[in-house]
Amino acid sequence: MGLMEKLFGRDWGIHPDDHKRPAADAVTRTMPVPERLFVSLSQHLGAPARPVVLVGQKVRKGERLADPQGAVSAAIHAPTSGTITAIGEIPAPHPSGLPVLAITLEADGLDAWADLEGLNDPFLLPPAEISKKVAEAGVVGLGGATFPAALKLSLSEKAKVTTLVMNGGECEPYLSCDDRLMRDSAAAIVDGIGLMLHATGATQALVGIEDNKPEAIAAMQQAAAAQPHIRICPVPARYPMGSEKQLVQELTGHEIPADGRPGDVGVVVHNVGTAWAVHQAIRFGRPLVARLITVNGGCVAQPGNIMVPLGTLVEEVLAFAGGLNSAPARLVMGGPMMGMSLPQARVPVVKGSSGILALSAAEVAERTEEPCIRCATCVGACPMGLLPLDMARHIQANDLKGAVKTGLKDCIACGCCAYVCPAHIPLVQYFSHAKGELSAQEREKLRQESNRKLAQSRAQRLEREAREKAEAAARRKAERAAQAAATPESQAPSNLPAPQGATA
Amino acid sequence: MTPFAYTAVQTVASPHAHGGNAVSRTMLRVQLALTPATAYAFWLFGWPAFFLWLITLGACLLFEFISLRLMGVPHIRRTLGDSSALLTGWLLALTLPPWAPWWVGVIGAFIAIVIGKQVFGGLGQNVFNPAMVARVALLISFPLPLTQWVTPLPLTTLAAPGFIEGLQITLAGLPPPDAMASASLLGYAKTELSRGSDLVQALAAGHAPLISWIGIRAGSLGESSALLLLAGGLFLLATGVIRWQIPLAVFAGLAIPAAIGHALDPAHYLGVIPHVLSGAAVLGAFFIATDYVTSPTTAPGQLIFGIGVGLLTWVIRTYGSYPEGMAFAVLLMNALTPIIDRYTKPRILGRTRAGKPLDIPAKKGA
Amino acid sequence: MIAAILSLTILGAALGLILGIAGRFLAVESNPFVDEVEALLPGTNCGQCGFPGCSGAAAAIAAGSAPASCCPPGGKTTAVAIAEKMGLALDLAAVADTGPKLATIAEDLCIGCCRCIKNCPTDAILGAPKQIHNVLKEACTGCSACIDHCPTEALVMQPVPITLQHWVMPKPLAA
Repeated sequence: MGLMEKLFGRDWGIHPDDHKRPAADAVTRTMPVPERLFVSLSQHLGAPARPVVLVGQKVRKGERLADPQGAVSAAIHAPTSGTITAIGEIPAPHPSGLPVLAITLEADGLDAWADLEGLNDPFLLPPAEISKKVAEAGVVGLGGATFPAALKLSLSEKAKVTTLVMNGGECEPYLSCDDRLMRDSAAAIVDGIGLMLHATGATQALVGIEDNKPEAIAAMQQAAAAQPHIRICPVPARYPMGSEKQLVQELTGHEIPADGRPGDVGVVVHNVGTAWAVHQAIRFGRPLVARLITVNGGCVAQPGNIMVPLGTLVEEVLAFAGGLNSAPARLVMGGPMMGMSLPQARVPVVKGSSGILALSAAEVAERTEEPCIRCATCVGACPMGLLPLDMARHIQANDLKGAVKTGLKDCIACGCCAYVCPAHIPLVQYFSHAKGELSAQEREKLRQESNRKLAQSRAQRLEREAREKAEAAARRKAERAAQAAATPESQAPSNLPAPQGATA
Repeated sequence: MTPFAYTAVQTVASPHAHGGNAVSRTMLRVQLALTPATAYAFWLFGWPAFFLWLITLGACLLFEFISLRLMGVPHIRRTLGDSSALLTGWLLALTLPPWAPWWVGVIGAFIAIVIGKQVFGGLGQNVFNPAMVARVALLISFPLPLTQWVTPLPLTTLAAPGFIEGLQITLAGLPPPDAMASASLLGYAKTELSRGSDLVQALAAGHAPLISWIGIRAGSLGESSALLLLAGGLFLLATGVIRWQIPLAVFAGLAIPAAIGHALDPAHYLGVIPHVLSGAAVLGAFFIATDYVTSPTTAPGQLIFGIGVGLLTWVIRTYGSYPEGMAFAVLLMNALTPIIDRYTKPRILGRTRAGKPLDIPAKKGA
Repeated sequence: MIAAILSLTILGAALGLILGIAGRFLAVESNPFVDEVEALLPGTNCGQCGFPGCSGAAAAIAAGSAPASCCPPGGKTTAVAIAEKMGLALDLAAVADTGPKLATIAEDLCIGCCRCIKNCPTDAILGAPKQIHNVLKEACTGCSACIDHCPTEALVMQPVPITLQHWVMPKPLAA
């Protein structure tokens, strides 16, 4: 990093009011299993899982409900014991409110685990075995991106990474589930990190924790004291420090190429929550069926962190957390910077739900869009070095190509620009819209290409059929002629297929 | 289960929080920063200055209102509420001679708001700084009233025009008495130079205008007190409204050539202090060149822009036919802003400056 | 003065000569846009545009006798692509893009007559005589060529349902 960049360029990111306490300091609660769970089949990045249970079937906790489908996908397990009562559509935890396929599980109240077995000495097993077990447990990245963890482990092993970067940054305001997990289960996380090191073949682990979580740093340092290759690295609190590219640069100094992955610089990034899930999967054979969720926001009566079975409805989680003080202006799943607004509270908790926020109108601070005054605050805030104001201008004018040229594809949708914009321009919405529109166009193009191929093959088929018809007619004509000319015994050849290449 | 009170009206994207900054807040802060210097100028130049300021601001708001009405903008009150028109008027008023007649302010407001801003599409769309467009248009069209400076007559002195007299000066366009008429330092220097006299002697002469840190000298309202303007500028820097690049670069661009010139030939080149304290230098560096809309968006771009403004100001002051060049310099650099922006784009993380993805480093042992 | 007139005249003459020569030697026989436009069209020859197949439509568009938005199954995407290629201004409001559509068969009405199958330009309808037919979603282009051939009105065009995977964040309203 040159002097020029130090002076002018890289003062990226923002320092939002973090609102993490008192939720982060409240004792973790465990939510009892509700009567009915709605287990979504799309809880991970990639193709939805394929159900392997039937309606009416009884399952025990941890039994597999759905198999991964395709290369990027993850298995899904029963969060409690009970009976499958339906497999059908329910509203997805998504701003669109569109339906998603889900398995409805009527709890029997016993919460009885299936017979599960952990690996006795995982460090003696080949790395692939660890990945396999992690895949069986349906573990996905718990930081929010929900990329199947096993796939990431095996890919990094193939890419020969040397450094495992553990993301304990939790830079999103309001959220404290990673913080809480590190304070409560530091030993389990450190064990999980060890297992992940083994699975990826990396030689060292750097755990990046923002310095606004001194308790978590202390707990993790204590837990990792005996393992010198697992280093706890406090990083300055700054949003979006927990973003993959930013954290890798902060901890290792490597800059990930724009079209590359962390593996290209010998690094793989996992969330600390994922390490906890890996620990559970390997040591006890327990699949990912519950997760720690931060319930926070100005409208929540008792903010805190709650261990919630996957498939619980958001409204039940809010009710368990102590209910709401007032009607929220916005209900958010995830953090306030990158989370999704929920159109309603009757949506299930999924593997990627890190938080449920009931935000008051004052917190959301929604205002009407004003014209851009080119103040360039967004340029200073952008952690990627983009020009959000220019990108938005292109998108406003429906010039998607111009937006791509300005760097739309490098945008990580962190929300810094919209957060600082004095004109309240919904910049992230412009960018998300443009990205969605671009991929829709891409899909449309592929569809047209396949249509053309289909039409061509039909034309070829019609041509072939016509030709065959003509051939057959010619053959019959020839046969009739031959029949008329020759004796009845010479009819045999007509049963044989016509020689290839015969023309009419 | 009981239905939730919450209902989503429309799809909303993240983020679901905001830093709290607002256009109106920014504009308000700039106005706050201008207040001490303006109030001081009122005291210095008396009622006429206040009336001119009031008329210019009022006219700006009126023209903004009419423009928005004609363009059919739905929320006129809200758009007026961002007080950008007010600020434009304020800045324009500060660059006018304090005793200029009322119509100067009104025509200036029309040029600034209608021609300088709304014709381009309103706030954020204009290429040139509206206040400077108006100032330059006025200077070229009406050179006489725009160059009639008066010696300061503080309100507390006996000779200062009273309320009624002040109204007469502004509204009836009573010319200032001969005794009052004066030249600004830059104007005086230019005149003396054009007469072929030596600056060192000319400035040493008893009737030469004084350089005064506390601003008791002839000039526009915004020229009056460099110290108060500097304080306002520092307030803007401290509150993060402006960044340091443009002001610093403007001063550097102005002071460095001035220092060199003065060192080489003091008889023909004014020194650093007169340059920096005269004309619109301080006002321009902190309040005019830093206008968001018409200045570059990146830090290196802002440095280039600022140096350009400072340098051009010095060149125009030294070699041009006008004694003051800040307004011209700002407009010229405004025109260059798009091209500066184009060549000073920040480097995207993971890409080279040219926009190509970084090379994937070769693996050790792979 | 004379020098200026002379030099400009010579310059004009020389440039005119070059243009004339270029026009003669670099002349393009057919409209080069026809092939390029045809490549942008769906290529299913469904005939909804009223021209004989996609090549006919491409020729008409290239000749300027048909608007860039004349292809209904192509929708907005195709219209925009063609308008860009041709350098035409496109009034997007004029593009009747109701979103992609799919043919669906009402199973209780289908009599298994096979007439639709014969008319499908992409072989997207499966079925045999006296069997209920079915539309292959992946292959249907939404050209609605089959609709008119159904004797029982069992075929209807229905908009493709929006799914989570296909959802696009709406553009902010104010702009």
